[in-house]
Amino acid sequence: MLTSGKGGVGKTTSAAAIAAGLALRGKRTVVIDFDVGLRNLDLVMGCERRVVFDFINVINGDAKLNQALIKDKRNDNLYIFPTSQTRDKDALSRDGVERVLEELKDNFDYIVCDSPAGIEHGAITALYFADSAIIVTNPEVSSVRDSDRIIGILASKSRRAEHNLEPVDVHMLLTRYSLERVKKGEMLSVEDVREILSIPLLGVIPESESVLRASNTGTPVAFDQESPAGRAYLDAVARFVGEQREMRFVQPERRSIFRALFGRA
Amino acid sequence: MMRLFDLLFRERRNSAAVARDRLKIVLAHERASRNAPEFLPALQKELLDVIGRYVEINSDMLRVNLGRSGDTSLLEINVEIDAAKVKPSNQEAVMSPRSIPVVRFDPDAMAPWVKPG
Repeated sequence: MLTSGKGGVGKTTSAAAIAAGLALRGKRTVVIDFDVGLRNLDLVMGCERRVVFDFINVINGDAKLNQALIKDKRNDNLYIFPTSQTRDKDALSRDGVERVLEELKDNFDYIVCDSPAGIEHGAITALYFADSAIIVTNPEVSSVRDSDRIIGILASKSRRAEHNLEPVDVHMLLTRYSLERVKKGEMLSVEDVREILSIPLLGVIPESESVLRASNTGTPVAFDQESPAGRAYLDAVARFVGEQREMRFVQPERRSIFRALFGRA
Repeated sequence: MMRLFDLLFRERRNSAAVARDRLKIVLAHERASRNAPEFLPALQKELLDVIGRYVEINSDMLRVNLGRSGDTSLLEINVEIDAAKVKPSNQEAVMSPRSIPVVRFDPDAMAPWVKPG
């Protein structure tokens, strides 16, 4: 489950990239848009013209799950479950969501949920059933504060909290990171944010042109394995499934030091 | 030359450090109130009502916190009484706002069921 509290930090981009990364590793993955009324995952995934039925249709029994799931054209393991454009944002009932998730569990290794921003009904419903949560955070004061708030909500209002089960496994994904600005003292560093939020770091995604390029063309950025952001997402996915990977993009690369010493090579 | 530049540059405290410090302070507050038991707002409201019968007080002047000090939990109630104006109708009922309240036990004033003997 991907959440952030604050909007515009890169939840949908990250949900698409992480789902794509899991699928590339051979995991059967479905990515669900929980942002009822503001459907966007379909655009980011490039399947906006293939949406026929949506989340609400399935919950209300107007469509079967397999009628609503959209199979990705680039990867056979990847499916997209679009949300509805209805303005009734309370349409996602907790029971309905639970039924759909149970059905998906039988068919997929990973269910990636893209939460809406805020702490209203939709966001709470998205986080309620989570086993793991990835908190998407920008190195910026309002985003860090909202992340802290969401971490608190996960610890008190999730199903795992309410049933006294093992707590939700919480990770931080720091996006839009600019090493240059951190070095100039203009941006909170990875260490700063990690110290403040005190949750494990899943990855650092550098601010990169490739992110906008990916959403422009409807390609999850993890499919662009040449781009720094794409590689950073693949690293994050590798860590998520338990591999050890060194953090990239948090230290200046050696190459760039040589470049700085010997001029523009 | 580079060193001079560095010196000039470091004169100003960098904005990331300011951000970090501000976040630490605001989050410490928010986490404390988030972990507070649910009765605290109700307790605060009732205390406000009681104190408000004697002095003019608003919610900013009363702070109720539940903290921890070592092994004991500590209910801390702070009332800004200096700034509070005594209500005219209750002049005789209250002491000067600056004085320390003294609680006297008058057996005759007690409810019959707690009266000794």
